[in-house]
Amino acid sequence: MSYVQSGFRHPNLPTNRLGFTVADYDGAISTLCAGCGHDSISAAIRNACFLSSLPPHRIAKLSGIGCSSKMPTYFLGRSHGFNSVHGRMPSVATGASLANCQLTYIGVSGDGDTASIGMGQFIHLIRRNVNMTYIVPNNGCYGLTKGQDSATADFGSISKYGDPNPFDGIDLASLAILNGASFVARSFSGDKEQLEPLIRAAMAHKGFAFIDVISPCVTFNNHVGSTKSYAETRDHLDAMPVDFVPMREEIRTHYTEGTTQSVTLHDGSVIHLQKAVSHCETDDRTAALNSIQKSKEEERFLTGLLFLDPNARDLNTNVNLATRPLNELGKNELCPGSRVLNSINEGLR
Amino acid sequence: MKKIEGINDFVVKFANVNGTGSASANHLFAKAIFRMGIPVSPRNIFPSNIQGLPTWYEVRVSSRGYLGRRGGVDLMLCVNPQSMEKDIASVEPGGYFVYDCTKPLAKHLMRDDIHFLGVPLTEMCMREYSTPRLRQLLKNVVYVGALSALLNVEFRVLKELLSDQFKGKDHLISPNVHALEMGFQFVDEEFDCPLPIRLEKGGNIAPHILESEHIFMNGNTAAALGAIYGGATVAAWYPITPSTSVVDAFAQYAQRMRIDPGTGKRNYAIIQAEDELSAMGMVVGACWNGARAFTATSGPGLSLMSEFLGLAYFAEVPVVLIDVQRSGPSTGMPTRSQQSDILAAAYASHGDTKQVLLFPATPRECFDMTINAFDLAEQLQTPVIMMSDLDLGMNDWMSPPLEWDDTYEMDRGKVLDAEGLDSVEKWGRYLDVDGDGICYRTLPGTHPTKGAYFTRGSSKNEMAVYSESGDDYVRNVDRLLRKFETAKQYVPRPKTHPPIAVKKPKTKLKLGALFFGTSASPSYEAVETLAVEGYPIDTMRIRAFPFHESLDRFIHEHDLVFMIEQNRDGQMRRLIINECEIPPGKLTPVLNYSGTPITARAIAQQIREALNTKSAKIVPLHPETA
Repeated sequence: MSYVQSGFRHPNLPTNRLGFTVADYDGAISTLCAGCGHDSISAAIRNACFLSSLPPHRIAKLSGIGCSSKMPTYFLGRSHGFNSVHGRMPSVATGASLANCQLTYIGVSGDGDTASIGMGQFIHLIRRNVNMTYIVPNNGCYGLTKGQDSATADFGSISKYGDPNPFDGIDLASLAILNGASFVARSFSGDKEQLEPLIRAAMAHKGFAFIDVISPCVTFNNHVGSTKSYAETRDHLDAMPVDFVPMREEIRTHYTEGTTQSVTLHDGSVIHLQKAVSHCETDDRTAALNSIQKSKEEERFLTGLLFLDPNARDLNTNVNLATRPLNELGKNELCPGSRVLNSINEGLR
Repeated sequence: MKKIEGINDFVVKFANVNGTGSASANHLFAKAIFRMGIPVSPRNIFPSNIQGLPTWYEVRVSSRGYLGRRGGVDLMLCVNPQSMEKDIASVEPGGYFVYDCTKPLAKHLMRDDIHFLGVPLTEMCMREYSTPRLRQLLKNVVYVGALSALLNVEFRVLKELLSDQFKGKDHLISPNVHALEMGFQFVDEEFDCPLPIRLEKGGNIAPHILESEHIFMNGNTAAALGAIYGGATVAAWYPITPSTSVVDAFAQYAQRMRIDPGTGKRNYAIIQAEDELSAMGMVVGACWNGARAFTATSGPGLSLMSEFLGLAYFAEVPVVLIDVQRSGPSTGMPTRSQQSDILAAAYASHGDTKQVLLFPATPRECFDMTINAFDLAEQLQTPVIMMSDLDLGMNDWMSPPLEWDDTYEMDRGKVLDAEGLDSVEKWGRYLDVDGDGICYRTLPGTHPTKGAYFTRGSSKNEMAVYSESGDDYVRNVDRLLRKFETAKQYVPRPKTHPPIAVKKPKTKLKLGALFFGTSASPSYEAVETLAVEGYPIDTMRIRAFPFHESLDRFIHEHDLVFMIEQNRDGQMRRLIINECEIPPGKLTPVLNYSGTPITARAIAQQIREALNTKSAKIVPLHPETA
């Protein structure tokens, strides 16, 4: 358990447009590892919803299976949530969004959930441009099954078992841009200043909004040689038992937009964070893909808003869906009645 | 030489090459018989292929209204040299073989106990039509014309049907009618028409058939209409034979009946998913969010959907699945019919699961049960699977007309709205306040502060809070069993028929027969045959799982019970043995799993054989009733 959540709230907490305080967007206490980047993402989602004054009960949270898919329990306690099946959240979200087009949908799915078992569903969710925000807390490994490489682990990255990854990592942001996503961003769990506005923008976007959030695993991918680890200086942690869960603070970085930022990690590797300039080139798929590839070649992580097409037709538009939610329609709209049936019978004789 | 005789009682089979347009000509023949008011049931026996392989079309005509397969062929119409040898061999002695005699038949193919009627179809079409396409298409119509003379199909009806078929393309009517006439005239001049097997309007038709204004439709279309009338708004699916036409038909009806008059927008959504996993996931998501949603699939799709069926069972999401059963995995025999998904559906998914199943036997029942499935799923908050099959789903059946009661209201089950949430003192998603195992659910977006919960598989307590406590788990799954007990009162009851009176019974044993779905019609026919032979048999048609208590009683009240079904392992038999704790010896399997639907003759023969070997061994349980 990361921390014990206090029930105490300051009596004069600021309220948003709806009169809610940020506490009205809280979820249950997190049971993720201490220092897990995912908790920062939960906080960012909570803050984003608060700041955007979204009514909590008009948001639905969906997830697959894995550490990150546990997250929706830890934010928005007044929203319905659905912890579905491994890799299959996209289909559940698609069905849910068709049933009621007036709710805001947030999907959370890890790199294992999205880039391996759920790859098929992820691609098709992008292709259909389902109106939702899809966040991947990306740590390059499987947490709940104790540290196997995921499909987003970079080539050569050393796993906790000591083997360099012989396969190329799947870049989810590039994949999303290539397959027609209308909103693609990448961020870092420690970068609250960037992540919160990105989530707010994603939720405001009509269509599929994807945010790939690098969120290091403090327990299984936090050692020398891992390209997705936090630690740089703690060489001594290499000898720690595999199952040991250290108590640590989350890392938070602060940098000015438009500059390249290096985040020095505890284990000595360095992650370069290069901010995408959110006001230019985000409307050009080819340029966005080039920027991502270029930064990768230079061993940097490019974060920020990478691509945005605010006018893309979402699924509801493409299937000419009624504006009134389907789940509100009753007998009058749905049952054609006996007269119509009699004429159908007539046509079958 | 003997000639098979039969007024309104015979089997005609067409042997064609697929992709040559034969299906619509053959359908024309069957539909004409239907229009004459004579009970008919056609079956398309087709390959998983688009062009070039053998395909057959079997038409059963039965004055008593038996629509299952009888077994045997009285008249074979063969235009496929590939299958000719076997086709000739399959004709009953005294039967008729109508063939294209443009080239003479090889000597070794001839039989001296059947009647060969040659019609130079190719030659006639070569002479008459200028293009290969026309020659091919109209050859089919020419042989329908020939059959109309041989079997006494009303020519007026055929012409009427052609006019219906080509409405809007009127220029096609007269060449088709001309082709019919050409076939008719040749045969009429050449042979003694009609044959001793032939149609006669009215005549010996069973009164119950004459009384109703029947319709002619397939089960998949009926199920699709059921989904429209049942209020389904979301359909997610992946194409797979033989279920594809369910969603095709749903799309066609929805386009006509579900467009919002004000905005022109759709009060429905149909998504062709990337696979069956996703199709079922979309249905789960839509139903969780309060819409009525369904999918349709077949064997391999059911396997892929099993994971989500398990989640929906534990998470208590009402979903509707129409399973149109076929044979086997992979591309094996996807276009052949079976009832072989029973166990896979009943226990779909890992963990302890039991699913609600419905077994329709007619298109009318496909319609009614699909509507019922939506109500049941929401009443019980669980998946409901309608178990149709290829035979019922893809073939046209003569069926009583569909009926609709305008006072019908959808039963959305126990769903709390905002007012409801305000009025209850304590609400927990999995609190069994009514004691029937069914709890109150809420939909996303309902109430600003109450009723939100987290939907999960099995790790939860009654308040829907995450829990890995063994006690919580046991309480939850035991409640799900309680709910399954409740379901017994909700699902359609079995239908029983007392035995046909037999003057001098040949056995003292009390005999019973169980069957379901498309095994029903040939079973009733076999039971009649056996009654004439001195074996009275009680029947029960199973219509749902969980089983009603009357099934258990039926089995106990009989000395010997035959379980008639279409799969290798006797899956329904096993399900009954398992669920009702019946000693396996009580249920004698009567099976067919060749991929072509079971025949009345095969059923009667298997029962005869079982009676011969078993009668000696089994002592009546009820000597006083013997």
